[in-house]
Amino acid sequence: MTDVVTRPTRTLGALLTATRGNGRLHWTDVFTYIYLVLGVALMFGPVVWLVLSSFKTQAGLQEFPPTLLPLGQISVEVEGYDEPLPLFEVTFEDGTVKQMAQVRRVGIMAQMVDPDNPEERIQVSINDREPIREMSIAWENYTKPLETFNFLTYLNNSVIVTAAATLITLLINSMAAYGLAIYEFRGRNAVMLFVIGTLMIPITIILVPTYLVVTQLGMVNTLWAVIIPGCATPTGVFLLRQYMLTIPRDLIEAARMDKASEWQIYWRIVLPLSLPAIAVLAIFSVMWRWNDFLWPLIVLNRSEVYTLQIGLNAFQGELNVQWHFVLAMTVVALIPVTVVFAFLQRFITTGIASSGMK
Amino acid sequence: MALDDVSPPEPVTLTDRAKAAAAWPIRLLATILDVPFRFLQRIFGIGAMPYFFILPNMLFFGTFVVLPLFINFAFSVTGGTNLFLADRPYVGTEQYEFLATCANHFDPATCREDRFWRGIYNTMVFVTFQVSLMVLFSLITALILNRDIRYRGFYRAAFFFPVLLSPVVVALIWKWILLRDGVLNAGLVGMGLERILFFVDPQWSMFWAIFVSIWANMGFYTLILLAGLQAIPPDLYEAAEMDGTKPERVFWRITLPLLWPNMLVVIVLALIKSVQVFDEVFVLTGGGPGTATQFIVQYIYTTGFSSQVQNFGLAAAASVVLGVVLFVLTLLQLAVVRRRDQG
Amino acid sequence: MTSRLTKTLVLGTAAFALMAGTALAETELRITWYNDGNEGEVMRDLLDRFEEANPDITVVLDTVPYKAILESLPVQLAAGEGTDLARVTDLGGLAQYYLDLTPYISDPDYWETNFGPFLNWKREPGNDSAIAGFMTQLTVTGPYVNKTLFEQAGVEMPGDGATWDDWAAASKQVAEALDIAYPMAWDRSGHRVSGPAISMGAGMFTDEGEPALVDDGLKMMAQKLYDWHQDGTMPKELWGSVSGNQYLGANEEFANAQVVMYMSGSWQIPQFAETIGDAFDWWAVPAPCGPAACTGMPGGAALVALKDTEHPEEVGKLMDYLSSAEALAEFYGRTLFIPGHLGLAEGGIDFATDDPRANHALSTFAAAVPGISPTAFDLQGYVNNRVMFNALISRLGEAIVGELTLDEAYERMEQDVAQQIAEKERDG
Repeated sequence: MTDVVTRPTRTLGALLTATRGNGRLHWTDVFTYIYLVLGVALMFGPVVWLVLSSFKTQAGLQEFPPTLLPLGQISVEVEGYDEPLPLFEVTFEDGTVKQMAQVRRVGIMAQMVDPDNPEERIQVSINDREPIREMSIAWENYTKPLETFNFLTYLNNSVIVTAAATLITLLINSMAAYGLAIYEFRGRNAVMLFVIGTLMIPITIILVPTYLVVTQLGMVNTLWAVIIPGCATPTGVFLLRQYMLTIPRDLIEAARMDKASEWQIYWRIVLPLSLPAIAVLAIFSVMWRWNDFLWPLIVLNRSEVYTLQIGLNAFQGELNVQWHFVLAMTVVALIPVTVVFAFLQRFITTGIASSGMK
Repeated sequence: MALDDVSPPEPVTLTDRAKAAAAWPIRLLATILDVPFRFLQRIFGIGAMPYFFILPNMLFFGTFVVLPLFINFAFSVTGGTNLFLADRPYVGTEQYEFLATCANHFDPATCREDRFWRGIYNTMVFVTFQVSLMVLFSLITALILNRDIRYRGFYRAAFFFPVLLSPVVVALIWKWILLRDGVLNAGLVGMGLERILFFVDPQWSMFWAIFVSIWANMGFYTLILLAGLQAIPPDLYEAAEMDGTKPERVFWRITLPLLWPNMLVVIVLALIKSVQVFDEVFVLTGGGPGTATQFIVQYIYTTGFSSQVQNFGLAAAASVVLGVVLFVLTLLQLAVVRRRDQG
Repeated sequence: MTSRLTKTLVLGTAAFALMAGTALAETELRITWYNDGNEGEVMRDLLDRFEEANPDITVVLDTVPYKAILESLPVQLAAGEGTDLARVTDLGGLAQYYLDLTPYISDPDYWETNFGPFLNWKREPGNDSAIAGFMTQLTVTGPYVNKTLFEQAGVEMPGDGATWDDWAAASKQVAEALDIAYPMAWDRSGHRVSGPAISMGAGMFTDEGEPALVDDGLKMMAQKLYDWHQDGTMPKELWGSVSGNQYLGANEEFANAQVVMYMSGSWQIPQFAETIGDAFDWWAVPAPCGPAACTGMPGGAALVALKDTEHPEEVGKLMDYLSSAEALAEFYGRTLFIPGHLGLAEGGIDFATDDPRANHALSTFAAAVPGISPTAFDLQGYVNNRVMFNALISRLGEAIVGELTLDEAYERMEQDVAQQIAEKERDG
């Protein structure tokens, strides 16, 4: 990921063309680094916090002030007691501090014993003791749901949905964009009007009518019900068409001269030239499908077709949300996209950029 | 842009081979699909080809977008709680009249359906601030990431990362941070300041709704702008530097005009997403306090879906109103854009 | 390539699902279920035993987020896409989709005897014989107090028959002495505030049984709630933050000893046992009084059979098994739920906890059931009760943050209820 300076010409493409050549730090350089450091903290900080929190116990999650690391109270075996006892640091009236184990608490007094001298019990006010804690990771947040939770099935479904939906979206949107960008034909304006008119309509507001259509087609409880309805995105068609409009017509005319079929022109010439816009749409589609929640929730009610988002939100009950499980499973759902992103990051961030987008 | 730009680089490495292997099934699909399309072209001629290209998309579009929109319209002129249109009594424009009943349309409190109007005004405020700040910060970030900095790839990835998170997760993370007992308040208390109850204050709630939605989506727009910046030919800057042009002037005269097409894409996409805002704010602020951050999509969702009496008719009427307004706005926006492009 | 790849993958998934289930089974029953705690696990154990005894039936538990039960399930049922059974909370609202189990269960009398008062909640208006299912839990609303804080502050806990005002004053005294953030917190839920409202004289219905939300009793409760928010007795973070009908609880703040008195209900017990444990004495107290009564609200979730099922016989068999005293004793005992089975409630359940606080809370709530006001039972059984609850909290919330005055809020509440019920009556 170390994208060290390799192209000297780029020096000049810098902010307000700065980075003065005389080696002194310009105010923009200072600003840049402050911005970057703060930016990275702001972008990653919350996610790191999420990951750390996912290792805390249910009680640990609710603590204030929140601890940075997941902590658990230390328990010690004390002679004469069957169960390990929780360890506290007790401050006595004379100011001495000692580690003691608590036998039980009655009201505001706690009965404590010295682990080295288990015979003698001492009464301590609960205000004078502090639990002694060490880092302890609540793996059960992960292991317990993964046992009952059919993680692999959900993952499989989510991958199928995301991959199939994105491929279909890219194919049919680019075909339609090609048709609308390259040809003059009757009805084109009407189609464009529909596309533009529906650009801003959020699916949330036509949830119920779309569900009616899907039930009539008998698609409920199949992955198709999640994949198909969102594929004909007006945004995608619009984005790709705008991009394709910039492709020089001469190229297409030349190809026709060479007896290329229209499909070949689309596939061999227009599509490769539109790759940057397609990449943008692909990211859009993958993120949307992977994270889609409301729609799958209504069309899927059998667990073998659940996607990850439904699965992990199943820990949200009526009266109680099992946050420790929700957080852990959120992290698990994040791993695949993060891994894919880590691999494709170079392609996504520099690929689009270097091929240029108009 | 010439064709050469997209042809693969000369040295064939292992990754190139892997890429070629991955591309193989896609090539196969292309070859297979070429046959019917060639056939259609031979029979119907070249003039009919656009129809075949748009057909699959329009089929899906018609079934899952246009048809539901029509059903939605039909819902809006019927009443009751039944799901099937055949069971729903026709009520004419009653639902629309109900929404429109106001003593004074600029004061939601005087409206029969006050929440609908509050939703509209809140959405207008949100969109105005969110889109302009989003474009501003995306631009600044893109300009900075385009500089010659060490570990540029890492920084680009960092700013893009939140885009990967689902809106629900984004909202949960921030809610966690901003709650009374959250880290931010722990920090404030640690610095000897008073706690702030962000979600009890209407201004703070709106602020965080805007902030969090920018946080979550900025990476995507930054990327589009970055792509535009990189496409600006370096020799333009070289020439400007030789002429001793001031950096500010270079920015206004070279960078911004050449970046304009990408800016447009960003503005259009940001606007679309902004008007549709729902899940992240819903989970973050719950639309509160009171109705301070309740937006129009939340109103429609609550009315038609998450109340005990699922009032499909009223929700549909509200969404038709929203749809018409958005349609007009989109056309206006495109007209302005086209004018500027020509001018 | 796209479709072929997907097809293979889809087939793969289907095969996987089949292997996970069993190829032998002739009938597959599906339960749409949600979880607040460990009840899914306990139910699965019971179902495994049922499957062992009935090798020709498999039962699949499809666990969904509660949101799906509340929002998606009604639409799915309306479209005829329901499953065989479901765990629901909108008992009366969905009654038109329930299967009457009477012909399919072995002993309808057993159901009448043991589930009698709760069967009515699951019936359509006018029907007095249908048996749709049983309560997976009965809930009773009521307050918890942090007894340890009272002891530390040296404040006496108000005793039996104490009013809401007594408790509010005492809690405030404790909070002031110990610098606790919230003297008192109530869940943001229409169901929760209805108990105090009825205690203060709210009638909820006209003599003809029509909903009449706003009356002097309700106004008294609303005024108190409003005043407590203004004078700092109650935190604005619950009632003064989210909009509309959304639920918010203060369970986390209570578990952090930030709340002296917390008005919630019996369902918090398993969670408090887990998150608070021995950290302080969390103590359930009987519902405080108003001029009219000292009542909480009953409520709960039920497992019901659905009309969409194609296997009513098998559903009946499963319900016979699950509703047996033995199965339910285990279910309630392990989940720490208040039993919705009269026989078991009388005989007492052996709850799977040795936490004295949990046991005290369980017995307090169970003991509160006989004292619940008949109005509270009527309200819980009323088909459109959530319409009333939602109007109540959303408008009260808007008044507390200052968007409306209380009088405007009352007017809006009545309008909201009337409008939604009118819309429903258009169905004919």
